Amino acid sequence: MTMTSSFGELRKGVFPTIQKRTFADQTTQPFWDAAREERLVVPRCTSCGTFRLPPYPICYACQSFDVEWVELSGMGTVYSYTVVHHPLHPDLAAIVPYVSGIVELDGTQGEGARMLVNIIDCEPEEISIGSRVRIVFEHVNAEMSTPRFRPLRDDERE
Amino acid sequence: MTMKDQAAVVGVGATQYYGRGQSYPQESELSLVCKSILLALDDAGLTVQDVDGFALYASSFEPAEVAAALGVPEVRYTATTTGGGGASGASIGLAASAIHAGMATCVVTAYPVQQAHRRLGGSAVATENGPQLTYGSAGLGIASPYMGFTANDGLLGPGHAAALIAKRHMHQYGTKREHFAEIAISTRDNATRRPKAIKKTPLTLDDYFNARMIAEPLCLFDFTLETDGCVAAITVSAERAKDLRHPPVYVMGSAHGGPGRTGPLNWKWLQMAEDDLVSSGSRYPARRMYEMAGVGPEDVDVALIYDNFVPMVLMQLEDYGFCPKGEGGPFVADGNIRWKTGSIPVNTHGGNLSEAYLLGMSHIMEAVEQLRGTAINQVDGAEIALVTGGTSLLPMGGTLLRR
Repeated sequence: MTMTSSFGELRKGVFPTIQKRTFADQTTQPFWDAAREERLVVPRCTSCGTFRLPPYPICYACQSFDVEWVELSGMGTVYSYTVVHHPLHPDLAAIVPYVSGIVELDGTQGEGARMLVNIIDCEPEEISIGSRVRIVFEHVNAEMSTPRFRPLRDDERE
Repeated sequence: MTMKDQAAVVGVGATQYYGRGQSYPQESELSLVCKSILLALDDAGLTVQDVDGFALYASSFEPAEVAAALGVPEVRYTATTTGGGGASGASIGLAASAIHAGMATCVVTAYPVQQAHRRLGGSAVATENGPQLTYGSAGLGIASPYMGFTANDGLLGPGHAAALIAKRHMHQYGTKREHFAEIAISTRDNATRRPKAIKKTPLTLDDYFNARMIAEPLCLFDFTLETDGCVAAITVSAERAKDLRHPPVYVMGSAHGGPGRTGPLNWKWLQMAEDDLVSSGSRYPARRMYEMAGVGPEDVDVALIYDNFVPMVLMQLEDYGFCPKGEGGPFVADGNIRWKTGSIPVNTHGGNLSEAYLLGMSHIMEAVEQLRGTAINQVDGAEIALVTGGTSLLPMGGTLLRR
């Protein structure tokens, strides 16, 4: 069920895209270009191999400005999460409860590159730390494709 | 030479505490901060003529406006720590450093709050200017190229951040909601004896478990109150403190900061080291604070711990060394933070959770009263008090005070 509000169309469990602009610069634009094509790419330091999220211009490990963009599988593991019950704006009553959390991305090393995302297409009790999830994109407009994650479907189980 | 014992808190003052927005229209933030400063000066036996410095945190007020309103003869020092409430406990250290360095002689610290037209936390709440939609651009600006990576994630306020950290702490260390409940219940118990406390009704385990869930695993009682009001503190040199109205409360040690990768908001930084992510972030300034003071956690008699969210109290108990990492749950369950019977009484004033949320300033006031021996929930023979700041973003920090 959807309803229209000051946030646009709302659906239970789905946090709306409240920031519709990317304000991208050349260090972040490749992420959004790939997102438009439903691909997840993340910058990796050319000098030392450390992933960078958000795509800051400088590597925190070796201070290099050089990056290469690496395409990841879009799969990840829930590191932590919360189930939000209390709507912080009255219109958001239509979407609670929803799940948001930290997802660690497959293909990144060590502490890895994490994303903070809304996890959709699930009942909150389906999610736990360690749940396997896959990225999905909502194409909002020409510049913004909002990344979210959803649990793996039965035919995707590993 | 460090600033250990070179400065002292000599005056504290507080306005009435109001529920969120209820100080309007009879007060303004300017009237709240000026009243608390005058009360603190009077407590010390000083006047506006003595004031020459402002040491703040999170740009809590504009010294230019307050100095004009009060008629401060000459301002010689103005500084604020950056970030949010993290350095509230360490703001007294900023005051002490200014005095030790010879830049000021009588320094004001305060944080006025009036939430009639705004709401702290800046989350997606309705205001008269329409919804405030995103939390914490934190200096990078709402149009920064990095905001788009987190603005639509549904994590809108510091409570959501605390929920994520709490959930992971429960997963890694077996921490339970019963442990969080003990912190809420013991803090409330302290508030029941405080006339100024906004929440004075005893809280039971049933109350806690029947409370509505806000953001799992955090329920209503895991969240701070929302308050209007102001608390001020006055810091002067140790030498000058000897001649004032009350026995001096010396600044033994103070530090603020944290690992650089904490980032502007701890849950918006996506590559933070795991040990730091599942923590209050306070262990780095804690170590430096104890080093400066030359004492350890075993020497602390009462701990005033910034309690914006209950799990962050538990993690600060670990990070300030009262128990090993991961053992905060069993530590509080064993009764260690209870007034009268615990090994380290915590938030004897009722804290942000039950007395009032003045962003940590009420913790400084309680530390001073404990060390003067005039606290309502007095810890017998208290000689050293810890005051900590919040945990949501760099810098975190704390101060050790002694009588």
